[in-house]
Amino acid sequence: MRWEWLPKYLPNLMFGLGITLQILVISVVVGFLLAIPVGLSQVNGSRFSKTIAGGFCSYIRGTPLLTQIWLLYYGIGSLFPLIPGMRENYMWLIRLDAYWYVLLAFTLSFAGYEAEIMRGAFLSVPKGELEAARAFGMNSGKVLRRVWLPSAVLKVLPTLAGEVIGQLKSTPLIFTVPVMDMMSVTSKIRQDTYLTYEPLLFLAAIYLILTFFITRLFAYFESYIPVRR
Amino acid sequence: MYAVAFTWELLSLGPKGYGDELLWGALRTLQISVFGYACGFALGLLGAIGKLSGGPLLRGVLNFYTTVFRAVPELILILLLFYAGTDSFNGLLVTLGYEPINVNGLVAAVLVLGFVQGAYSTEVLRAAIQAVPTGQVEAAKAFGMSRTGAFRRIIMPAMLPNAVPGLANLWLNITKDSALISVVGFTELALATRQAAGVSKQYLLLYLIMQALYLTISLSSIKLFGRLERNLRRGQPDLA
Amino acid sequence: MTFKKLLMTAAAFAVLGITPALADLKMGVAAEPYAPFTSKDASGVWVGWEVDFMNALCAEIGEKCAIEEVAWDGIIPALQAKKFDAIMSSMSITPERAKTIDFSSMYYNSAAVIIGPKNDDKDFSPEHLSGKNVGVQVSTTHSAYIDKYYAPKGAVVKTYATQDEANNDLASGRLDYVMADGVALDAFMTSDQGACCEQKGAVPIDIDVLGPGVGFGIRKEDEALLAKVNAGIKALGDKGILQQITTTWNLDGKVVFPGMK
Repeated sequence: MRWEWLPKYLPNLMFGLGITLQILVISVVVGFLLAIPVGLSQVNGSRFSKTIAGGFCSYIRGTPLLTQIWLLYYGIGSLFPLIPGMRENYMWLIRLDAYWYVLLAFTLSFAGYEAEIMRGAFLSVPKGELEAARAFGMNSGKVLRRVWLPSAVLKVLPTLAGEVIGQLKSTPLIFTVPVMDMMSVTSKIRQDTYLTYEPLLFLAAIYLILTFFITRLFAYFESYIPVRR
Repeated sequence: MYAVAFTWELLSLGPKGYGDELLWGALRTLQISVFGYACGFALGLLGAIGKLSGGPLLRGVLNFYTTVFRAVPELILILLLFYAGTDSFNGLLVTLGYEPINVNGLVAAVLVLGFVQGAYSTEVLRAAIQAVPTGQVEAAKAFGMSRTGAFRRIIMPAMLPNAVPGLANLWLNITKDSALISVVGFTELALATRQAAGVSKQYLLLYLIMQALYLTISLSSIKLFGRLERNLRRGQPDLA
Repeated sequence: MTFKKLLMTAAAFAVLGITPALADLKMGVAAEPYAPFTSKDASGVWVGWEVDFMNALCAEIGEKCAIEEVAWDGIIPALQAKKFDAIMSSMSITPERAKTIDFSSMYYNSAAVIIGPKNDDKDFSPEHLSGKNVGVQVSTTHSAYIDKYYAPKGAVVKTYATQDEANNDLASGRLDYVMADGVALDAFMTSDQGACCEQKGAVPIDIDVLGPGVGFGIRKEDEALLAKVNAGIKALGDKGILQQITTTWNLDGKVVFPGMK
């Protein structure tokens, strides 16, 4: 095995790691926040919002994330030359780095999967609790804020670790668009050095270490979750 | 020849349209998904049995297999297996004295996907087998059934309905992972659409159609698995 | 009963995948459009200068050839893994690549150029491109050139898996410049989409980075094949067939090839 390329490319790999982690963290946080209303509207909403939310979740869970990224980046990109006046007035929109498209795709993807989980969580909160809150005179908003939502969110927290690791494992897909994440750097190393295995094995090892740390992190926080006995 | 103006002819099935390329791509996706899934299922069955009734060495190897293959991203696994698999296979052939053969792209894609799926299948099937009431297994032994007989007639039928939700999930995963095979250049739906879009420049239209095709596969799979589960659960007491 | 049905459908499915291995020689081609050298027409058939060249060469050396598609960024490992016998995908001969594989004698060469939006700015020196978005295809001599001369001066390099995607981003405005092969970019600029852009100029030649031309990539141990292919290339040049193919694809004056008058 040849590893002499490692010192030369380590700064690039660290930069790529930074980008990967940024996309992971932001997409998980924003995606989770997005999942709450989407999951809720599937349980509680009007027929219209149920269909929209349901359709969104079906799309996200029924198509590969890879093609979702391509549709966003290349699909929208192909529209820009067709809109008259785009170049003159909205150049900043055109110049939006691929990073933002990837971030959007990953956020929507996480939101789609989490929304399904949130839907199950909302449904599993005992109806008795909600009725009791109503009996106390709370309006819908208060019931949601004080009883329904906290209960549902606490229920899904244990599964969150698995979901975040799932999101982490999707991050190598980023290299198919021009963003410099870890996989892109590994790709570059493979091309410059013509080594097939060593760069990929190194990348696999990095992902294993990241998975380990994320699992430990969530295990630590799980001790803070109140569990009813 | 280069940028084609948007006409509905683009989607036609004939030589002038890309409709047939996309449909062939979808067929190829289904092909590698079905065979990869079958491989994964077979590996999963063997792995589950191995984990439950194998010796410490076998269990150690299988634990390593499932842990590593479920922790490393699929894309990296696919790339590694695609090149390493053929390399080591040919190396094996050479040491045995045979000529190295060119492994067909389809076979390589199926085996790669199957190996990755096998790790997940092992866990799903193991959990399902453990969920079979031990009383039934003991009764089979009391009847004098051989271990394989007991497996075939008692454990499998009882285990399958429990495994169906997990297996359905795995099937949906493999149909989406099949898109990853495009990075090694195997022309399934994602790559076929990318090529067609590259020539015709109709990225948005063709990618939307591609997503619609993937959705069709997913939604019909969900319906089919629903029916499969109902079929397998016939005769069992209804779930609450 | 259902098991039998299952077996039969499985068998039918499998049959669809068996491709008859009639070809003696498999050529590895990158699975993306690279007009006018290799691209798929609407019916899915590979066409182009290189495809015609391959057919003529195989007729010359008496082999049956078939095209095997593979991703560009894995084409050399795929050759090593014996997925095909030779790389025929406009791969430039460079000393770096020659460490891993052998190259045939070159069968065409064309200038490497930089293109950008139509305007009065014709300067394409490294200093001028500082801070601008420059697109290249991954794993090409062009990306190596950009890395060597333009990246150190501050150009923002964006790499793409296929040349097509880089061209698209230039047309949509996401990129300021693209560097690639002159002939391939010509094909882009004569299309509707390419009307946005013009050629800024050919870059100064660096033989070590850009190479003397394009050749077949062959495994180092396949010396017999290498000799055969080289003999075939020379014969095609002498017989004027390369000239014919070049004229058919309207590339006179844009490429140099063996046996040029």
